[in-house]
Amino acid sequence: MRLDLRTLLVLLLLAGLAMLPLAAALAGEPYWMRFWARVMILALAAVGLNLILGFGGLVSFGHAMYVAIGAYAVGILRFHGVEGGLPDLLLALVASGFLSLLIGAVCLRTSGIFFIMITLAFAQMSYFFFVSLENYGGDDGMRIASGTRLGPLHLQDSLTLYYTSFLLLCAALFLSWRLVRSRFGMVIRGARSNQQRMAALGFPTFRYRLTAYVISAVICALAGVLLANLTLYVSPAYTHWTRSGELLVMVILGGLGTLFGPLVGAVVLLLLEDVIAHFTQHWQLFLGPILILVVLFARGGLLGLLAPRGKAASSGGEPHG
Amino acid sequence: MAEALLQTLSLVKRFGGLTATDHLSLEIGRGELHAVIGPNGAGKTTLIAQLAGELRPDSGQILFDGQEITTLPVWRRPHLGLTRSYQITSIFRDMTALQNTALAVQAHAGHSFRFWRPAARDPELLEPAREALRQVGLEERAAVPAAALAHGEQRQLEIAMALATKPKLLLLDEPMAGMGPEESARMVELLLKLKGELTILLVEHDMDAVFAVADRISVLVYGRAIATGSPEAIRGNEEVRRAYLGEDALQV
Repeated sequence: MRLDLRTLLVLLLLAGLAMLPLAAALAGEPYWMRFWARVMILALAAVGLNLILGFGGLVSFGHAMYVAIGAYAVGILRFHGVEGGLPDLLLALVASGFLSLLIGAVCLRTSGIFFIMITLAFAQMSYFFFVSLENYGGDDGMRIASGTRLGPLHLQDSLTLYYTSFLLLCAALFLSWRLVRSRFGMVIRGARSNQQRMAALGFPTFRYRLTAYVISAVICALAGVLLANLTLYVSPAYTHWTRSGELLVMVILGGLGTLFGPLVGAVVLLLLEDVIAHFTQHWQLFLGPILILVVLFARGGLLGLLAPRGKAASSGGEPHG
Repeated sequence: MAEALLQTLSLVKRFGGLTATDHLSLEIGRGELHAVIGPNGAGKTTLIAQLAGELRPDSGQILFDGQEITTLPVWRRPHLGLTRSYQITSIFRDMTALQNTALAVQAHAGHSFRFWRPAARDPELLEPAREALRQVGLEERAAVPAAALAHGEQRQLEIAMALATKPKLLLLDEPMAGMGPEESARMVELLLKLKGELTILLVEHDMDAVFAVADRISVLVYGRAIATGSPEAIRGNEEVRRAYLGEDALQV
């Protein structure tokens, strides 16, 4: 791994995250841990989305649906009195994997603007599906009685949840680092810049893209399980299109198709939200212009700003690190 | 002529009222360099797209290496040994020349459901990729990003990528488009070198080049082959003269 400025900053950020609970305890600010756990959980989902959005060039406007599936898996099992961690994980991963396989197989027949619209349509369908589940709270959602237990680990405990999220985030970053450089990753990235050419070389790109779509969905569902443990509550709002949009913004803000972009994007977006919300209720009014500036002046996202000169233009294709 | 490697049987492709390919029957013999020429709008690009599978013919058949491939998906054809190159250079611009070629090798190195080992250091991919670059004379430029290559070099890279898929038949769509005289001369040299090694179907506007390298030439006009024959026969063909070439071009 080449240690450039970007990688160094991100490693510092990760080291900071690893020590944060200590700082929170010393400062007597337990809220910090909750806030940063949420940052890491959403960063995990954004890392998943980045696999197909950043590296695959497929703009999915419906990935919050998979986060919601993960969260509902925990909620529904607890509603029926099923305790324990394995069922949570199993239901979340199997349901998201199976559903993304079906939905991906349909969506990936299209591309460009049609892909965006059809993923959005599926997410909206899932929104109304969850609303219609009267048993599980319908529109209002439902409280989750207890968190996920994995052996001795009880994710309801905020410190356990914090470090579980941290480790899963690191694992997902490592996974995507390996993935995008592997043969599989080369096909995904090649299909992003020229799908027709990939077919002409002999690549059946559809099956590779579908696999990437499923992997990214499953990572999002994992984030959903963590999110359910953080909030102990789940509602159809989790799959609302604005949530999908938020994930998109994180990836684009941090740097499309860069390894650490989703993490940086999540940190910056949620920090901005939090800071601006201290001063005004209308934080979105101020966040909007900031996003516009980033998109206009930092085409490779915030990480692109730190790229060595001349490399920024290609940073979309070449993951650094 | 040797036994046919590629054959089209009464191929028809219409776009609305326009018949771009009109009951076209061609035979490309094993080992020959067969050029297809014709004025703009003769249906040359449409023909290549049908052979490569990007367009589906309305009727007729395409036979390759003893197998019917008329409706075979695009990505399957290179695996049979039928690979095309593009008129508009379509390399992966942010990858190096070597990475571009390695990607082409990968297309033929079994499935790509390999999630862990870095492809960039995989000798199984890099060795054949270097060999393909050597074939087109680009080995010195292996580490240069494709976007930074000169136009002529990008066209060479296009061909290296096609070669890396180990084709029996190479479909070359105007490999000399936009080239200066020096670059064209180098491409002619490359085509002459490749000629003995594999079968080539060449679509090209540059008449000097076509008459210099082709074993046989087919002349396409309004989607129909009005003549097929050796360069000498085509040069002397009255109908070709009238329909397309003009007196000047035939003095080559």
